[in-house]
Amino acid sequence: MRRESRQKIRETLVSFPSLFWLSLFFIVPTLFVFAIALKPANPYGGIGSGWTWDNLRSLVSPNYLAVAWRTLWISLLSAALCIVLAIPIGYYLARVTARWKGFFLMLIIVPFWTNFLIRIFAWKVLLHPEGAIKKALAFSGLIGPQTSLLYNAGAVVLVTVYTFLPFTILPIYAAAEKFDFQLLEAARDLGARRLQAFARIFLPGISRGLITAVLFVFIPALGSYVIPDIVGGPSGEMIGNKIAQRVFVDRNLPQASALSVVLILSVLAPLVTVLVLQRKREKPESLL
Amino acid sequence: MRRSRFPFIVTLAVLFFFYLPIIILIVNSFNASRFESGWQGFSLMWYKRLFHEPEIWRAAKNSLLIAASATAVSLIIGTTAAIALHRFARSRLQRFHFGLVYTPLVVPEILMGISLLMLFVAAGVELGLFTIFLAHVTFCISFVAMTVLARLQDFDESIVEAAQDLGAGWWATTRRVFLPMLLPGLIAGGLLAFTLSIDDFVITFFVAGPGSTTLPIRVYSMIKYGSPPLINALSTLLLVLTFTAVAASQTLSRSRR
Repeated sequence: MRRESRQKIRETLVSFPSLFWLSLFFIVPTLFVFAIALKPANPYGGIGSGWTWDNLRSLVSPNYLAVAWRTLWISLLSAALCIVLAIPIGYYLARVTARWKGFFLMLIIVPFWTNFLIRIFAWKVLLHPEGAIKKALAFSGLIGPQTSLLYNAGAVVLVTVYTFLPFTILPIYAAAEKFDFQLLEAARDLGARRLQAFARIFLPGISRGLITAVLFVFIPALGSYVIPDIVGGPSGEMIGNKIAQRVFVDRNLPQASALSVVLILSVLAPLVTVLVLQRKREKPESLL
Repeated sequence: MRRSRFPFIVTLAVLFFFYLPIIILIVNSFNASRFESGWQGFSLMWYKRLFHEPEIWRAAKNSLLIAASATAVSLIIGTTAAIALHRFARSRLQRFHFGLVYTPLVVPEILMGISLLMLFVAAGVELGLFTIFLAHVTFCISFVAMTVLARLQDFDESIVEAAQDLGAGWWATTRRVFLPMLLPGLIAGGLLAFTLSIDDFVITFFVAGPGSTTLPIRVYSMIKYGSPPLINALSTLLLVLTFTAVAASQTLSRSRR
């Protein structure tokens, strides 16, 4: 009994620094966001006194709804494109010899050592009206000279895919690495066509990697701010841009909080769904 | 069975997609042209111009200062977190603790930025280098904890027990056995924290005050309002720096083994 209570004290002591820090700088700030969403703004860019539903009510405007809808479809489309590209790459990496595997993994990771802003900037240059891609496409007649590649939702999807694709390749590759490829051969021997074996044996076999991969794009994409800010223009704006505008342009912190509440809830929804589904099957730690 | 060539072709195409923007950027940094329209001859003028921008160097200094201090603090807190999570793995407190350490990893950066801003505004803390430091420690803790935890889960507990059985006290065991075994995890976690801190833009942008510009914030305002060739040169320089750092750390960890 005494030994147990000593153990308890030791546990509390070792856990204290991180519990304290993350409570103060992660839990409490999140609660503040919820609280401030219910506060009125004051004219000096601060937070007024009293409570109000106005910030939340004003979210139901056509403007915000359009942005919310765009945020959702851009994130879904980006996640879908990342998965479609990452599956064949994960499959290839899992089957190639060890030396080539290391080489290709290195090649995939290296570009992402560069700063995030710089990669987005590189795309801005590429998609620019004077840039290489625009010129090539216009020359080949695929697009008219007036078509703009930059400052639209399409550019946001492209750069989002570029940014998050490695984070989808890695979990899919990790899952494919554990997959027993003899199962595919067995399926073929039993008369399955190639695509059939792929869709009914391989994809279910790597389902855990697929789920992780989808979350790795979908969740950060929902909260995207820099990508639409640099390549999106007004027609590519997402919730993140609206939050930033409320903070930096018209300094309405309660309105920014209300928007953040929506974002928090929409991030939690897919996360909780997956965690609940996974807990039913196994321990939740395996999400990483 | 004949294998499909399709996965290989996709892999090559995606690698091309990954490298294209970066290569164009590097090439352009040596382009004498002011605009991105065509090649006008090799030149180092943008690099020279870079050295006459005191703003950039001041921002770089701020970034280094914050990264170094945030790494030190988050390394301590993250390591104690990992030890607690590992040693008392099954307790109820640790299940909550794990959730608390894990969640910041999946929350979009903008949410952490805005919530910390709300905290600082509500508490009346003046925004500046110090608030950036607090924010950076917060997101680095989780990454350090996960890296160190992975190392702890990998290593053989029986060695620690063996040391104790052979008569080593708590301090001797910790210093001579436990810490050396943990060291690769600490180095990896520290490097990760340092890079994340140096690279962070979104969270920093929300909690930065006037006069507390970091390098990414400077780069952002150059992208928004500045001259592209200058950013090309700066990016190329940063690329070379990161590559040398990573290559060095890889050779170091290889020679250790």
